[in-house]
Amino acid sequence: MGSRASTLLREEEIEEIKKETGFSHSQITRLYSRFTSLDKGENGTLSREDFQRIPELAINPLGDRIINAFFPEGEDQVNFRGFMRTLAHFRPIEDNEKNKDPTASEPLNSRSNKLLFAFRLYDLDRDDKISRDELLQVLRMMVGVNISDEQLGSIADRTIQEADQNGDNSISFNEFIKKVCL
Amino acid sequence: MTDLCEGGMDDLWSIAVVLLQVWFSVMIGFIMIPAMFGLSLGVTSVYIQILVKILEWATLRIERGHRERSTLPVPAPLPFGLIQREGGSMEQEMGELRRYRTQSISRGEFALSDSFYFYIKGLESIVDDQVTQRFSSEELVSWNLLTRTNHNFHYISLRLTVIWGLGVIIRYCVLFPLRITLAIIGLTWLVIGTTLVGFLPNKRLKNWLSELVHLMCYRICARGLSATIQYHNKENKPQKGGICVANHTSPIDIVILANDGCYAMVGQSHGGLMGVIQRSMVRSCPHVWFERSEMRDRNAVTSRLRAHVAAKTNLPILIFPEGTCINNTSVMMFKKGSFEIGGTIYPVAIKYDPRFGDAFWNSAKYNMVNYLLRMMTSWAIVVNVWYLPPMTRREGEDAAQFANRVKSAIAHQGGLLDMAWDGSLKRAKVKEEFKEQQQKMYSSMVMGKKGRNSQEPHTESTRRQ
Repeated sequence: MGSRASTLLREEEIEEIKKETGFSHSQITRLYSRFTSLDKGENGTLSREDFQRIPELAINPLGDRIINAFFPEGEDQVNFRGFMRTLAHFRPIEDNEKNKDPTASEPLNSRSNKLLFAFRLYDLDRDDKISRDELLQVLRMMVGVNISDEQLGSIADRTIQEADQNGDNSISFNEFIKKVCL
Repeated sequence: MTDLCEGGMDDLWSIAVVLLQVWFSVMIGFIMIPAMFGLSLGVTSVYIQILVKILEWATLRIERGHRERSTLPVPAPLPFGLIQREGGSMEQEMGELRRYRTQSISRGEFALSDSFYFYIKGLESIVDDQVTQRFSSEELVSWNLLTRTNHNFHYISLRLTVIWGLGVIIRYCVLFPLRITLAIIGLTWLVIGTTLVGFLPNKRLKNWLSELVHLMCYRICARGLSATIQYHNKENKPQKGGICVANHTSPIDIVILANDGCYAMVGQSHGGLMGVIQRSMVRSCPHVWFERSEMRDRNAVTSRLRAHVAAKTNLPILIFPEGTCINNTSVMMFKKGSFEIGGTIYPVAIKYDPRFGDAFWNSAKYNMVNYLLRMMTSWAIVVNVWYLPPMTRREGEDAAQFANRVKSAIAHQGGLLDMAWDGSLKRAKVKEEFKEQQQKMYSSMVMGKKGRNSQEPHTESTRRQ
């Protein structure tokens, strides 16, 4: 129920999340109601099934990857802080961020953090390189059964060839950045 | 001492009896009898007008309180969702993502940024999606002084709280007993009346009396909910031998529609109280009640309905093709079964005014009794009913396309969003084929084929169920 949502989230928590993620007060309360409406078990955490219940996400070819990005290593539940931390990457970059503190760490939604997030969606084993296999995995998820293995393999090879600059037959983060934006 | 006490008790008892008599005569005189004959004393409309004024005042007061409290802007209502979305098709948006490189979509091939399109769409749907919000109550722009819709509203002023308190007292202590009594009287009269009419042999008299009994009882029940119903375009009212289809928000839809005409109901036969009501209704005029086992057999259902429609003197069937309750902000996919029966379809659009009470039945959260209690403790039920001109299936149109055509007409008239998603997603998982459609579309882009229809998959209306 609506009133329950606003009372369960304390002001101090909202302030902490605000500092950490940069979302505004009203954005945080809105996202909290969204979180509670997805939380069918009403235990303050979301499981993978809760995400799968969103039809638009369930039909997304890369839906499982996105869901995985919310869950920390080896865990099956994500709480509201973790939820917000992941979403914070996608907050639009503002020109005049209020906490322009040079000693503070880079905000979660900075350009390079956004790109790092996207890079990590390819690079599952976190070795800072997108290998041919990892690229093939994502490709296969996106095209389904409509393209043969050989064709897909050649697409992957071509992509790596074009992007790879240091000849290690995989794409590093810097090579990735160069490829996706000028 | 005991004499005095007994005397006192007798006095109290006689006062109670007098009060009860007054109560009943007020009820019968002022509410039931006018209701039975479709007249109105105008009390409800005055009540609604007062309510509207109070709610408007409350809205202004809340906004003012909000402004005084903080320098942040008042959160604006969000008609199209929480976030700003790009509206383009898959091709357009991927082209945008690729523009950093000089590779265009038409040449095909894969780009690393293509996956971003899916990630963006996926994250947008996590923050706010079009479907799951239809299965919970509509969010109000401003609080309507009911605790149950209290979403984010904090204490603003003493006057507002006092009015809210008064509202609680009036709703629970005055209106609620009144409504419960009316509902009980209405239902009892329905059972008794239809059983009595069932004994009559004569066809025409029986039908006329049966219609009268049904109408009276539904009108009493409507008063039992303080329902104010506005019917539009009455010239399009469903005729005998036709099929009436409407969007479904709550079980009360039946009461709303039956206040203005007689329909043959279609549904599952229940046990208990519902079963008693169903069995007595069938005695006076033919309704179509199915056993649970019969419901699974599509052919049996269709042939029984077809037989009912074919007898031109039977009352129009009332069907809700969505199959489940939706929250009255959109119309979801119509199941094509009702549109295969043949006959003329009379579409009806029902729109509730959410300010006076939330009519949506969230069957996952509340059971029927709980729901009815909530209905009876709302301010009122204000509803608009539009009768649309009759439609029939065109040449070369299959049942699914016809269903979509009717659905769009209803959505357009009622000011609701027309959605192609299936209402059964409330409980069931979405079909794999939608994912496969997206994969297919992307594959054709990668292989560089031109001339494909670039519409998003689930808005195509030629999809088989």
